[in-house]
Amino acid sequence: MKKLWRAPWFGPLCAVLAVYVLFALLAPDTFPRTANVLTMARQTVIVSLAAIGMTLVMIQGGIDLSVGSTVALTTVIVARALDGGSGPWAAAASGVALGACVGAINGLLVTGLCLLPFIVTLGSMSALRGAAKGLANEQKVDADPKGLDSLMALPGGAQGGFLLPTGVWVALALAVVFAIFLAYTRPGRHVVAVGSNLETARLCGVPVGRITLMVYVIAGGLAGLAGVMEFSTLTVGDPTDSIGLELEVIAAVVIGGASLSGGRGSIAGALCGALLLTEIKTGSTHVGLPNWVQEILTGAIILVAMALDQWRERGKGAG
Amino acid sequence: MAEVADPRLEIRGLEKSFGGTRALSAVDLSIAPGEVHALLGENGAGKSTLTRIVSGVFAADAGSMRLDGKPHAPRSPAEARRAGIAIVHQEPAICPHLSVAENVVLGAEPARFGWVDRARVRAEAGRALALVAPELSPDAASSSLGPAEVQLVTLARALAQTDCRLLILDEPTASLAAPEVERLFEVVRRLASTGIAIVYISHFLEEVERIADRFSVLCDGRQVGSGAIAGTPATRLVELMTGQTLEARRRREPRTGGEVVLSARDLAGTRLPVSASFELRKGEVLGIAGLVGSGRTELLRAIFGLDRVTRGELRVRAELGPASPGRRLAQGVGLSSEDRKREGLAEALSVAENLTLSKLPAWVRPARQASAARRLIERLGIKTAGPDQPVRALSGGNQQKVALGRLLHHEVDVALLDEPTRGIDVKSRADVYAIIDELASQGKAVLVVSSHFPELLAICDRIAVMHRGRLAAATPVAELTEHRLMLDAAGVG
Repeated sequence: MKKLWRAPWFGPLCAVLAVYVLFALLAPDTFPRTANVLTMARQTVIVSLAAIGMTLVMIQGGIDLSVGSTVALTTVIVARALDGGSGPWAAAASGVALGACVGAINGLLVTGLCLLPFIVTLGSMSALRGAAKGLANEQKVDADPKGLDSLMALPGGAQGGFLLPTGVWVALALAVVFAIFLAYTRPGRHVVAVGSNLETARLCGVPVGRITLMVYVIAGGLAGLAGVMEFSTLTVGDPTDSIGLELEVIAAVVIGGASLSGGRGSIAGALCGALLLTEIKTGSTHVGLPNWVQEILTGAIILVAMALDQWRERGKGAG
Repeated sequence: MAEVADPRLEIRGLEKSFGGTRALSAVDLSIAPGEVHALLGENGAGKSTLTRIVSGVFAADAGSMRLDGKPHAPRSPAEARRAGIAIVHQEPAICPHLSVAENVVLGAEPARFGWVDRARVRAEAGRALALVAPELSPDAASSSLGPAEVQLVTLARALAQTDCRLLILDEPTASLAAPEVERLFEVVRRLASTGIAIVYISHFLEEVERIADRFSVLCDGRQVGSGAIAGTPATRLVELMTGQTLEARRRREPRTGGEVVLSARDLAGTRLPVSASFELRKGEVLGIAGLVGSGRTELLRAIFGLDRVTRGELRVRAELGPASPGRRLAQGVGLSSEDRKREGLAEALSVAENLTLSKLPAWVRPARQASAARRLIERLGIKTAGPDQPVRALSGGNQQKVALGRLLHHEVDVALLDEPTRGIDVKSRADVYAIIDELASQGKAVLVVSSHFPELLAICDRIAVMHRGRLAAATPVAELTEHRLMLDAAGVG
């Protein structure tokens, strides 16, 4: 029990459940319905995928602000690829590859030029947004999704049932894969070591540069995949899409127990954080709260999460 | 020099220069397997340079090293490590977010196709831990470790990652309390009994006398003595360490000091200081002599309101009350930090901005700032392109003058100076002494912390020695010698 309480995802999970119960009581006719739960799961996929990558980056001690722009650029690339005659698989793959390339550039700038990740990705955030707009001629790019839209569609088109859209399963599977990567593989442990104490890691022969590059490539690739999912939802390439997504992703990761100074973070926690944000958004709508109340609530949740985390950490030190 | 029959490490005629400064000249050293060899010397004597050459950080300019009879000229730390050289640095370095076992094997994790073999991690870490800290669980979180345990984990790492033949311990007890030192000593003895040769660097002569078999003393990069610890009195060691650095004592007419402006009674901080009492008078320079880790800096920080005071009484003139840097500055008390880069200066800001930082008017007029700065630049002889030059571009000595200049600009009555000559050249050092002298003759009170004792003897009126957090009563310099200070600071006296 004590171990459970210590787990970084335990708090966020409790919050997810508590907020669920709260809204279920406030809007008993609409909020807890299966259809709504499925919609929320679906809406969380994009933030979740990006949050998996962001968790790795933040544990390593960095940050990636270019996520939103990468997603937008990917929707355009996928639409252009489909339009140009590619099959759905090739289009999706090119989206993910593009994201990984973006990540590689971010990572190389961070390691090669010793620039701060915040600055590098602030730059690429703007540059990629511009690239997306240029590539799309500053308008939405229509394309036949050729079945890519089914990624995020409810299975069978039915309202009932407990099967989730493919995208949700993909996100869950990747979360498991990367959680295992982080906990059980050598490069995964090195990510934690670098974020925990960079100089010590270097002293012990950890390839700090390679590890740093790796987390940005992974984060970029996952942002690309999130872009593919976004295209699947929108079925158009939209260069103005996902503005500010990076902040939502960072909020989810931070709620999930990550530290901005590195070393700490949890993929399961980040997923709970993402889910929590969706719950608040959807729940507020169901209860009839205006948009501005939602935003205040979201801000409050982030602050409360941070405060609780601090308190828990202090308890740990004393124990 | 006593020869060792089959030395583990043998060094002959080692030389090393940095730029124009000679850091090591003609150093010979030989250490037998299973021997604990104390490497002694004042700050800047060349101990670190020597250990860095042995552990592959620098290459020597001339001379030779042999490890178990084979030539040893490592081109990188990794190569030295492979040759069996393990080094534990003064500042313990661990990753607090990893477990104890992970910290021990960090960088050399046993893995199969990238998968960390947790069983082998625990086994390997467990083996190394069994040597140094058997009670420490490999699965424990390292964030909960105390300083001694952290030190032992880094030691375990050094042992786990090399087939250790020579272990270098650089000031291993600097951050440890007395019972923890005992623990470490047991470990060192056990390791030596397995045939590992140990180079033990420490300022604490009491420790050296207990743990080491033989010693070598470095002074200004030269080897000035070596021999067996048994039969060598601590006073002799101190003579060797200080003998040739004695600077000519500049003696002025003794100042007596006026009314008390700063006083402490039984002051204690969270960890350090343990207990400090003193009175600082107008127009005098009071020195605090102490070794690294004795609590000197912590004492100044507590006085200035940077660290919490947990016990005792602190008065500025007659005033008691809560301490904060803002309040202290308002009371005319200023601190110059030992760490210019991180605390003392805002390196990216200009000379003028740094000089005026603590006393900015509500409406800042750059022209006035610059003219105030120009006056100080001239007065202190700061070599700079002008008030607008970033402080980063200045030499260490001139940076230090800027740091002191800020206290002058603030017109402090009490100046707390932490290692005011650390890392600066001889000329600047003399200038800094002159500034301190001038402050005192103007009726200001100056508290100087230094680990360079000849310096304290040259500039102070009275000196109090700090040892393991306790400050002894101050003595007029006329009654003191460097020898005496060294013995007291090392806790042998």
